[in-house]
Amino acid sequence: METRTIIPLTRIHQPLKLELDLEGDLITDCRSSGTLFRGFELMLEGRDPWDAPYFTQRICGICSTAHGVVASLAVEDACKVEITRTAALMRNLIYGADVLQNHLRHFYVLALPDYITSPKTPPFEPQSSYDKRFSKAENDKLVESLWQGIETSRLAHQMLAIYGGKAPHQHGIVPGGASMAPDADRNNRFRGLLKIVLEFVNEHLLPDVELLATKYNDYFKLGRGAGNFLSYGMFPQTGSSNRKYPAGAYLGGKLSDLDISLITEDISHSWFNGPNIQEKPAEAVAVPDKHKAEGYTWLKAPRYDHQVVEMGPLGRMWISGAYRNGTSTMDRLVTRALETKQIAQWMLEWLDEVVPGQSTFTPFEVPESGSGAGFAEAMRGCLGHWVKIENHKIAHYQIITPTAWLFSPKDKTGRRGAVDHSVVGTRVGDKENFTEVGRIVRSYDPCFSCSGHLIQPQGDMKEFRIC
Amino acid sequence: MLTRRKFLSLCAKTTMAVSLSELLLADLDKAVAAKEIKKPTVIWLELGSCTGNTISLDNTASPSVKELFNKVIDLRFHWIFMNAEGTWATDIMRRAAKEKAGEYILVVEGSVVLADGGTWDNIAYENGQLVTGVSVLKDLAPQAKHVIAIGSCAAFGGPAAARPNPSKSVGVQDVLDRQVINTPGCPCHPDWFLGTLYHLINYGVPELDTYNRPKLFYGRLLHDQCQRRAYFEKGIFAQHLGDSWCMFTMGCRGPRTFADCPNREWNGTDNWPVGCNTPCIGCVEPGFPDVSMPFFQRYPDLKLPGFSANLDKAALGLGVITLGGLGVHLGVNLATQRLRKNLTETSLPLSPPGPRTKAQLEGIRTEAGSEDAPAQPEEFRPLPANLQVRRPKKARRTLHK
Repeated sequence: METRTIIPLTRIHQPLKLELDLEGDLITDCRSSGTLFRGFELMLEGRDPWDAPYFTQRICGICSTAHGVVASLAVEDACKVEITRTAALMRNLIYGADVLQNHLRHFYVLALPDYITSPKTPPFEPQSSYDKRFSKAENDKLVESLWQGIETSRLAHQMLAIYGGKAPHQHGIVPGGASMAPDADRNNRFRGLLKIVLEFVNEHLLPDVELLATKYNDYFKLGRGAGNFLSYGMFPQTGSSNRKYPAGAYLGGKLSDLDISLITEDISHSWFNGPNIQEKPAEAVAVPDKHKAEGYTWLKAPRYDHQVVEMGPLGRMWISGAYRNGTSTMDRLVTRALETKQIAQWMLEWLDEVVPGQSTFTPFEVPESGSGAGFAEAMRGCLGHWVKIENHKIAHYQIITPTAWLFSPKDKTGRRGAVDHSVVGTRVGDKENFTEVGRIVRSYDPCFSCSGHLIQPQGDMKEFRIC
Repeated sequence: MLTRRKFLSLCAKTTMAVSLSELLLADLDKAVAAKEIKKPTVIWLELGSCTGNTISLDNTASPSVKELFNKVIDLRFHWIFMNAEGTWATDIMRRAAKEKAGEYILVVEGSVVLADGGTWDNIAYENGQLVTGVSVLKDLAPQAKHVIAIGSCAAFGGPAAARPNPSKSVGVQDVLDRQVINTPGCPCHPDWFLGTLYHLINYGVPELDTYNRPKLFYGRLLHDQCQRRAYFEKGIFAQHLGDSWCMFTMGCRGPRTFADCPNREWNGTDNWPVGCNTPCIGCVEPGFPDVSMPFFQRYPDLKLPGFSANLDKAALGLGVITLGGLGVHLGVNLATQRLRKNLTETSLPLSPPGPRTKAQLEGIRTEAGSEDAPAQPEEFRPLPANLQVRRPKKARRTLHK
């Protein structure tokens, strides 16, 4: 048996370290590890609850709007504020634009270069020539799509800025609603850009993914997940408490309602020590210990009802029933593309629903004390913020991001996290660069900016959490 | 090639809509073809970051990312874009640094993480050992022709260094004994970065302010360029987020922020934070975000010996004086005489009054990021009850129920 260490795994937001155990060409174990920690949760303590959406957006540059949305939901829950219907639609539009941006950038910038021969110029060059299956004509077409995909994702951010002020780290989503009321001129510009993006999705993204799925159809067998899914739900619907993507859990072949109280975090293989190996997120007291012998990552292992769960576009579409083909690498890429089109179409509906000039902001006072939580689907899976207010200020803040769920280490029963699980059992043909492993891991659209927000105590034993 | 003078005037006049870079690209392209200049080698290092500055650079309209990679820069190492991975990727970086020693431009995104000897930010694996971000930075910086810190985290520590700064993050210039050109912003506007890069390639180091920011982009007070300045002068202030009046009452940091957002605008739209009916949060300034938080609390009234200004006076049309004063809030050591001169004559000649030495800058950061610092400065107080806010009745009806 040999062990190989890969860091940085490139084309991922922030570095990922992978340790692979190999017997011949078979991967027998995989230990993924996040290697950067900044500690956003403790930074939030003592600050104004109004600041949470702008501040938590700084956790992540690619999915910043998701943090803005979820932090606003958490603060509004704690302050018992109802936002207006138009405000909810404006948020859907702003957030939807960021999801389109993310999905396009993921496919063309991060995932596709694993399969094509990229342009022969730095930063793409040098590149491996292992297992490239496209003809020259197909490859040229995909390279052209790659450049256009980057351009189109820029247009998605332009849409976002029409109502969000700027991107990344938008200003338009605030506790109490959205800061810009819709107006006809902006709606028209938004719609124009949205149609360009939708056209690109129809004419490039979907055919490109289809071509990829045809040429690499063996990837419908590689990188299969454990088959359990979780979704917090995404995009509030008007006139209903349901969301466009429903919340739910799919465990052992059975679909059930989401129950937040079933979430636990396991620290047996994380650089943490605490009285309990498994703890409820809200009561977590474990402290970090970088020298813990069994530890290999800063991430804790979140579990839902003691099960490892997968999430993201595949999880959302699996739970909504829209896609149940399989749980492989290619299924993840395919559902991300299908979802891009779905969300763009929903955005057109929302644009028709908003009425220019209606109020989008509900003023409110922060109460003396209160607690609340916000849950929604980020681009890559379940994102939850928990906030506790005391003396009009944030007394306690907690975040669990999708990357923590997906890239969690082993728990006390030895079960691997979702990504590690799907890598183990793969046979590698390319032991130089582990192309197969890169393809599997990138299909999850990981983002390690989000994953590690470890808090270090300054002398006293405060609560420690990681998300 | 464009003369430097022409270039400077372009930077001052163009907005994203009439792209600065578009005008420059053709010119740069010709110069590269004629071998007047070489495509500079760029090594992009990502440390304690959210990758937001890379995403922002991806949002460049013109040159597009395609043109940027093909025609403008020779980007040898950037782990969001490159195909190689693991030790191969690290080798590419080391080789480029060796081959192009003294020629390459090192761009650093994200804060320098110092906790536990920097091991909270491991970025590579060499000779069987994990390598920290700070050690790679210290290896690469001395041989770089220029070092650019992109984004507020790299420039000053930024959000990564927010109180209580668990990862002990600092800006790039704090760990290097050499000039670092700062292009802060959260994120940095693609024009700010590319304009600075263009200047470096063609004319060398641009004129910098006291925080080593190019004056081209960070040279003027945001408040002086704001489209809503007239509302400020007339005393028409926002009462809520989402009002389309002067955001000073909502905590706008425009009066002490040096950036050209009102003119340049964001993402190819006509929008920017104040245009979006929210306050500027001063993201290009040292000490951000601590010195700007709470984001939606009005900036404290100015208190200086022999001079006081408050919002009531501002509402009476003395805005220039008040805000000139606020612009120098950070410069507590500034001689009162010079301040008075600025206050009474004009608000324009202000340049950031900030510290000139590393030690002084450290002082500001310690003050802002210290654990003892109150989360909310005590000076903040609610709006005076007798504040007269004037606003057109008709407009109000359309905005609020």
